[in-house]
Amino acid sequence: MFLKLLFRNAFRHKLRTFLTICGICVAILAFGLLRTVISAWYAGVDSASATRLITRNSISLVFPLPISYKEKIRNIDGVKTVSAASWFGAYYIDEKNFFANFAVESKSYLDLYPEFMIPPDQKSSLLKERKGCAVGEKLAKRFGWKLGDAVILKGTIFPGNWEFIIKAIYKGSNKNIDESQFFFHWEYLNETMKKHVPRRADQVGFYMIGIRSPDIAATTAQEIDKMFKNSYAETMTETEKAFQMSFISLSQTILNVIELVTIIVIVIIMAVVANTMAMSVRERMSEYAVFKTLGFGGLHLAVLILGESLLITSLGCIMGIILTFPAADAFLGAVGDYFPIFNVSGDTIYLDIIASIIVGIVAAVFPIRQAVSVPIASGLGRIG
Amino acid sequence: MGPSGSGKSTLLNLIAGLDKPDSGSIIVQGIDISLLLETELAKWRADNIGFIFQFYNLIPVLTAFENVELPLILTRLSKNERKKHVLTALSLVGLDDRMDHYPGQLSGGQQQRVAIARAVVTDPVILVADEPTGDLDRLSARDVLNLMENLSKSIGKTIVMVTHDPRAAKKAGSIMYLDKGVLADVPQTSFQECV
Repeated sequence: MFLKLLFRNAFRHKLRTFLTICGICVAILAFGLLRTVISAWYAGVDSASATRLITRNSISLVFPLPISYKEKIRNIDGVKTVSAASWFGAYYIDEKNFFANFAVESKSYLDLYPEFMIPPDQKSSLLKERKGCAVGEKLAKRFGWKLGDAVILKGTIFPGNWEFIIKAIYKGSNKNIDESQFFFHWEYLNETMKKHVPRRADQVGFYMIGIRSPDIAATTAQEIDKMFKNSYAETMTETEKAFQMSFISLSQTILNVIELVTIIVIVIIMAVVANTMAMSVRERMSEYAVFKTLGFGGLHLAVLILGESLLITSLGCIMGIILTFPAADAFLGAVGDYFPIFNVSGDTIYLDIIASIIVGIVAAVFPIRQAVSVPIASGLGRIG
Repeated sequence: MGPSGSGKSTLLNLIAGLDKPDSGSIIVQGIDISLLLETELAKWRADNIGFIFQFYNLIPVLTAFENVELPLILTRLSKNERKKHVLTALSLVGLDDRMDHYPGQLSGGQQQRVAIARAVVTDPVILVADEPTGDLDRLSARDVLNLMENLSKSIGKTIVMVTHDPRAAKKAGSIMYLDKGVLADVPQTSFQECV
């Protein structure tokens, strides 16, 4: 009976309830999308492995490290694999066609990053071809590339037209893996440098190091940096997660603003729902007085009002969550180049639910207080 | 009986435990209800008082059946037992054929009869009625008064009623007059003039 009453009360003013539900839906949708943008920013951090370290020049990532460090790092106790890479920074045809592209030591790189899944035949074909490159499935789709296609990238850091042949198309082992990367053999880059710009040869941007266990990450990192202390290229070694975080910290202010906006959205909708509930309760004050006359206590009234508030916010939340997925797809279609990974995560859904519950509860607090505290005689509205 | 503003409803609210006095005590059935806590008073009301309002005060989103069932939710009765009680109360007021109607689908007299059924369904000790015919036309008022008279006579319910209506007063076993907060056995001059 109470549940029935709660439902009927919620839909007594259908238009008002519908508009409030729409408001919550839009707020949850905006909240979900903004949270997904934040998650997209942290996608690299989330997919980082605890058993991988990154070593770079201690001055800045812009400064290279000699390739000779590789063997020295490999000899450190606890190190399983070492791979080298350089940020290539080229573009395809036009500058607006931006995507991440790296020169990597392909074999060790693929051993170190099993999350880039390449069929065995494509992998062996890639390793055999000097100009071979691997591209993510999403990137291949973006430019309509197929296996065997010749692709020319225009270099910025390494000027010139660079010709590649697509030998592998990788897929991510999970949806948090960026499928819009492009990588090719570092040896190809190095040989070209040796030929044309010898002073830039035998240099890498950073090393990726696979270690035995996450427990030895700190000591191994210290040992690596200690080894190159006082050399002409001192190193800074950190976990892959910390390395990714250092990029995010550059845009921390933007992220803080987005987080602030998500909170503002929730506060606004809280005020809207609170207003709806306050109006409903004010209109029904005499009914609540009747309830009290019949012997119902404050707790019963609180359950009725809170239940109604939660019902309205829950319906808005469900609609908002359902709409978040197509909205995220549309968002990805529009700005997918900037957000290679844009998935509505489980955490975002939980946050949506928690936010709507908080809105439902907070919006009901004042009306409950009002309904419970008003004297029955005043609630009934007349004294003879 | 008494003129408007004389304190009739206030007195009724005090007797029914809806209001608390600024001073003094209210003893109903040997219990000083002015000393009860809010939760105790709510329970006391549920057990002892059936209230009939001038404007019926039915819950518009509940059917006649559900409105009458409302006070029984606070009891330990099973759903079937509740149904039996509600049907008995509704047939007592002659509205068992209208039990699925919402208040908006009933006439004023019918709504007041549903309100009476709601008031008696818990079998309270006292029925408190605040101008029960005040919002009704003559015929409906007559029906409601007859019904209340029957309840009083057939099932022995004590009814405390506040009214302006001399026809309602005629049905009473005992009449008290209230004027400017003073209760008397005979009407005060101002009220006589008013009538």
